[in-house]
Amino acid sequence: MKYFPLLWAALWRKKARTVFTMVGIIVTFLLFGMLQGVNSAFNHAVDTANVNRLIVTSSIALTESLPFADQAQIEALPGVSRVAHQTWFGAYFQDPKNFLFSFPVDPQSMFDVYPEYTLPKDQLDAFIHTRTGAVIGQELADKYGWKVGDRVPLHSTIWTKADRTSDWTFDVVGIYKCPSDPSQETQFFFNYTYFDEGRSFAKGTVGWYVVQVRDAGQSAQIAGAIDKLFANSTDETKTETEKEFQQAFIKQIADISYIVDRILFAVFFALLLATGTTMMQSVRERVPELAVMKTLGFSDTAVLTLILAESLLLWLFSAALGMGLAALMFPWLKDYVGLAILPVTVLGAGAVLTVLLSMATGLLPAWRAKSLDIVEALRG
Amino acid sequence: MFKQTAAITAMNLRGLTQRLGPSSVIVIGIAVTVAVLVSVQAMALGFQKTLSHTGRPDRAIVLRGGSEAELNSTISRENTLTIMDGPGIRKDADGKPLASAEAVAIVALPQKSNDAPANVTMRGVGAKAFALRPEIHLVAGRMFQPALREIIVGTSAQAQFKGLELGSHIGIRDSDWTVVGVFDSNGDAHQSELIGDVETVLSAFRHNLFHSVTVMLESPEAFDHFKDALTTDPTLTVDVEREPDYYAKQSKQLSTVLNFVAYFVGGIAAIGAIVGALNTMYTSVAARALEIATLRAIGFGAGSVIASVMLEALLLALIGAALGATASWIFFNGNTVNTLGSNFSQIVFQLTVSPVLLIWGVVWACFIGLIGGLFPAIRAARLPVAAALRAT
Repeated sequence: MKYFPLLWAALWRKKARTVFTMVGIIVTFLLFGMLQGVNSAFNHAVDTANVNRLIVTSSIALTESLPFADQAQIEALPGVSRVAHQTWFGAYFQDPKNFLFSFPVDPQSMFDVYPEYTLPKDQLDAFIHTRTGAVIGQELADKYGWKVGDRVPLHSTIWTKADRTSDWTFDVVGIYKCPSDPSQETQFFFNYTYFDEGRSFAKGTVGWYVVQVRDAGQSAQIAGAIDKLFANSTDETKTETEKEFQQAFIKQIADISYIVDRILFAVFFALLLATGTTMMQSVRERVPELAVMKTLGFSDTAVLTLILAESLLLWLFSAALGMGLAALMFPWLKDYVGLAILPVTVLGAGAVLTVLLSMATGLLPAWRAKSLDIVEALRG
Repeated sequence: MFKQTAAITAMNLRGLTQRLGPSSVIVIGIAVTVAVLVSVQAMALGFQKTLSHTGRPDRAIVLRGGSEAELNSTISRENTLTIMDGPGIRKDADGKPLASAEAVAIVALPQKSNDAPANVTMRGVGAKAFALRPEIHLVAGRMFQPALREIIVGTSAQAQFKGLELGSHIGIRDSDWTVVGVFDSNGDAHQSELIGDVETVLSAFRHNLFHSVTVMLESPEAFDHFKDALTTDPTLTVDVEREPDYYAKQSKQLSTVLNFVAYFVGGIAAIGAIVGALNTMYTSVAARALEIATLRAIGFGAGSVIASVMLEALLLALIGAALGATASWIFFNGNTVNTLGSNFSQIVFQLTVSPVLLIWGVVWACFIGLIGGLFPAIRAARLPVAAALRAT
């Protein structure tokens, strides 16, 4: 630690050059932090997927519906403990900008299959017994100021009623929480019976099934059994674990990240090259100084360590600024990626990367400084 | 002075082989920067091309009121007939309206890049669909025949998803479809789709409702009249929009994200790369302060020394630019990427490295070469000769 002033002074030997180098590092780490943050936000759903759940969709695509009658057949399979179903309602509140994740469900099985969603017993009972009842997430309730007892009209972009309108009215009877993952508290659940009776087409179908299995180790066999059950029927199914389902979904969006990754790699390479040459030049200029230090009794190893430490200081200082900026700017992206704070894992990855890069750029100049011959260097 | 400059430059260039290390650092640094700049812009250009080319102002699309997107919409057969009878629709040679009642469905096809299933739009179109959309033209195979389970596929879809080669079969429900043709639609959104006959698509998917009606108007001005007639018709509940408006609205969220990627991410990447290249350049020239001082000491003028250092820097920058531009062209030109767009289905973009982008890359490289070479050269040339010689 006592060498800190020495390192700091060495770093600012040529101010313009150091500032240039630092700007490069800051900018690159800002980019790295933001992009990795977005990446881990996308993967958030995969990481938090429940291993005990399977998702059954139509084998054609998620958008094709499945017969309601499948539920009993799936439930009868060995190893299946509970089956719930959901349907995409595609609704907004007042303005298309206020899009909601809303689904008609069967109240009891829905909350059985998602035990991480907590709902007071009396609210669940009210949900079961209120035809127009709806249960909403805490975050959604906060966003629109909705509370139990409120009447909420939603406009579905898909489902018309017999009177050809698409406006559906619900009574909020409960508010659920998800303590393990508050980002799940944005959904709007309502009674399937109210929905199925009201809609003008596709009656008796659901969007997909969510199957809870007794033993996660048997997921693959059960998934196979479900698909076999409906093979060669008019509605063939595709059953995946919740994790596989989320992963497949990300792969639909994320082809872009392939290009972004390459650009990021190229930028890091350019940065490495630039910082490496700068460090090299900086050591070259200081050959006489280093020789004096060695004459004063600094060992070869001490000189090597000093130069490496200087490189580390430069990288850590600038990378921390860059990642700090990224952490400050990340919340702007909340509407797109759903996460409000930059995950700690990203900061960790940035720190590891910083150390690696600082060693990569510092090693060659440090080695040169170490192997300096005092007499030669002083004469030069 | 020119003679001096030429002499120093010639000497420098002959010495280039001895300074291979520092020189190649400059070349590589600039090459990477130019590659980043060009590919970022190629991406932005590809996005814009696909998003802005879809639709023309004299075509209108009709959806069920409040449905926002084609996939959500439902229109009964009876209503499609009323819509196609609307005023202001251009008539074909046979006197029938240039209009197509269409159905869309999503099929999950594996992506070539990672085998993961992707939602691809399968569009059923009416008999007039291709007179309505002259931009669609076959590039291989033949047109599908109505009533047969045949489809034609867009070149973008074919490039990105598996199993769409001419003659291959796609199984949907218990029906089997054959790919009989490949079409190009001027790079617009339809180029990511599969197209077949609407009645055949409806029956295969067991649907009986259409999703949209697209019509060709007599002129762009006929739109208001057409819209008013439809929206005041008591038997209809529809939204009528000009195609460009509809597609712009559909791609709004996606284009926000894509613009973020292209301009924000790309912009930061470019700044990072430029700063890096400048720094490399600056350092390498600064490293030659002793040499410059020596030249000054033996009588060369400051101006010619600066000019020759600059010339060398520019030359290296140009070599780097050529390398970087070529690399980005090889790796990225014509490359396609796909993502989930509107209608819950895939849209495919083609990255376009146009000559203009390449020229821009070279201009940037020259700029970096000039700035990165100029200041250290001036500094080195202005230092008192004796001081510079003593310093290192």
